[in-house]
Amino acid sequence: MNAKPDLTPESWQYRDLNSRAPSLSVLADTLIELAAEGHPVAAGTADLQHSNGLVKFAEAHPDRFVQFGISEQNMVSAAAGMATTGMIPYVATFASFLGLLTCEQIRMDVAYCAQPVRMIGHHTGISMGFYGTSHHATEDISTMRAIADLAVISPADGAQFRQLLRHSATYPLPIYFRIGRGHDPVVYDRNDSFQIGKAKVHGIGKDITIIACGMAVHGAKQAVEALNEAGHSVGLVDMHTIKPLDEAAVLEAAQTSRIVLTVEEHNILGGLGSAVAEIMAESPGRARLKRHGIMDEYALISPPMRLYQHYKLDGPGIRDVAQALL
Amino acid sequence: MTVNTDISAEQIDRLEDRARFVRLETIRLIEIAKVGHYSSVFSCAEIFASLYYDVMKISDDPNWPLRDRFLMGKGHAAVGLFPILADKGYFPEEWLDSYTRLGSPLGDHPDMRKVPGVDFSSGSIGHALSNGVGMALGGRMRDLDFTVFVMLGDGEMQEGQVWEAAISAASHKLSNVVAIIDRNGYQLDGKVDDVMAIEPLAEKWRAFGWEVHEVDGHDVVALTSMLRRVKADKNRDKPCCVIAKTVKGRGVDYMETEPGWHLGYLSPEDSEKARQTILNTRISGGTQ
Repeated sequence: MNAKPDLTPESWQYRDLNSRAPSLSVLADTLIELAAEGHPVAAGTADLQHSNGLVKFAEAHPDRFVQFGISEQNMVSAAAGMATTGMIPYVATFASFLGLLTCEQIRMDVAYCAQPVRMIGHHTGISMGFYGTSHHATEDISTMRAIADLAVISPADGAQFRQLLRHSATYPLPIYFRIGRGHDPVVYDRNDSFQIGKAKVHGIGKDITIIACGMAVHGAKQAVEALNEAGHSVGLVDMHTIKPLDEAAVLEAAQTSRIVLTVEEHNILGGLGSAVAEIMAESPGRARLKRHGIMDEYALISPPMRLYQHYKLDGPGIRDVAQALL
Repeated sequence: MTVNTDISAEQIDRLEDRARFVRLETIRLIEIAKVGHYSSVFSCAEIFASLYYDVMKISDDPNWPLRDRFLMGKGHAAVGLFPILADKGYFPEEWLDSYTRLGSPLGDHPDMRKVPGVDFSSGSIGHALSNGVGMALGGRMRDLDFTVFVMLGDGEMQEGQVWEAAISAASHKLSNVVAIIDRNGYQLDGKVDDVMAIEPLAEKWRAFGWEVHEVDGHDVVALTSMLRRVKADKNRDKPCCVIAKTVKGRGVDYMETEPGWHLGYLSPEDSEKARQTILNTRISGGTQ
């Protein structure tokens, strides 16, 4: 096994399929930590234990791991039933399936019943690239956000995911986590601290404040650095928790900046941009708003890195979108 | 199937009385709502009575961790469950009088957040067996010994998730899961096997890895003996399905022959007639 996994940019797969990037193992490693600390965590997946790394948890705690096979709806409903016995189940599968196929089970059995289930939708957005629309998840923020009593969290990288996962062990509401492929570029240090429901404010710009979530934070950070070097005043808010939304952070940007630009790897309808728009529309503030993301369309077939370029979700793309607003 | 029983005459009387109580209270509560699922409750009144007044291990505490669980896939029969939960003392009987009125904890479908004693909310048909599978898995993880009874409608067999749950319960060898199918033969749009044929039902469950029994769902002796036996069987290494043959609307003759009573409203005069019929009829089997 390679000490450092060797990523193939054209497919975003590892050349050595037995190797695992550190960020891929965040989920299992953190659940193992939580179990060791005495939290009654359990895990389940739907035939994707290698994809989401839960195989490691399964090996460490076979008695607390459930393989559901390819039955996502059964998995979510069963997790809700399991939670009534005092366990905290973490169930993971592709975000495209959790956010749409199991949407009703999440509403009825998890959120309406207020069960402490944590759903992990991985390989979200367009990160599955050429696997196509069936495997893209550009609607999940929208569907999950419409469900009452459910938190929606989109971490920017593995370090942030780890921290927020740790907080989830004692969080009162059910949670939908939206994470990437585990190959996401690093944004944060392991010791940076984050709280569920509290945005990470990197700065508020006089010209533009970018509000981003998930993998878009990395590109947005690059864009902000480039624009500030060019003499503009551009800030960045990492809105990792989309619900409950940090309204104060949105209002600060709306009242300080000329322009608020939202960036997300999601349809611009119903996602982070919509959540920000709702707050801005109902509040006094001078900023105008621009939503950037997937423009209500099905993404093209392509390797993921090329897709991010095409949809201007990488650093240069976000910089261009912001530049055009100045 | 002939079942030997050691159920006392007093207990048989009591179970029949409690099934009658469920039917009478259902009529009373639906008079408040002015619409409700009479016949859906009448087909499973003996199942409710048998479970809550004989088979299930329950206590005065509706949250006792070791209690047996009861879930209902056919959540629309909740109006028949609420009077039992009040009778058990899980909530004040006055709550029943508020049935379906603004802000009442009691609606047409059961809500576990609002109603003590409801082990899981339902209303969207097809989820309950999965919820029960999860409870059994959680009980195994926490080393809690209880049985999970999941009552399913026969129309519910048309939901794909039921079969996902059935596969998983067998695959995980959840021998403490007992599914009870209220096989009354009708669903909203007509006869189940005209709307979407589900037979051969017993063979389907056997093929999915379950132990299967069939019983007359209105014969409290046969039903209770069967449920006691499958609950006590510690040698079974698979989940168990009891197909309870029932009659939709059982107890009120015209409801038994008119499927339109799945959802309906009796005028006060007709309610009184139905009440008298129930009081003067001894229901003991008769589904064959």
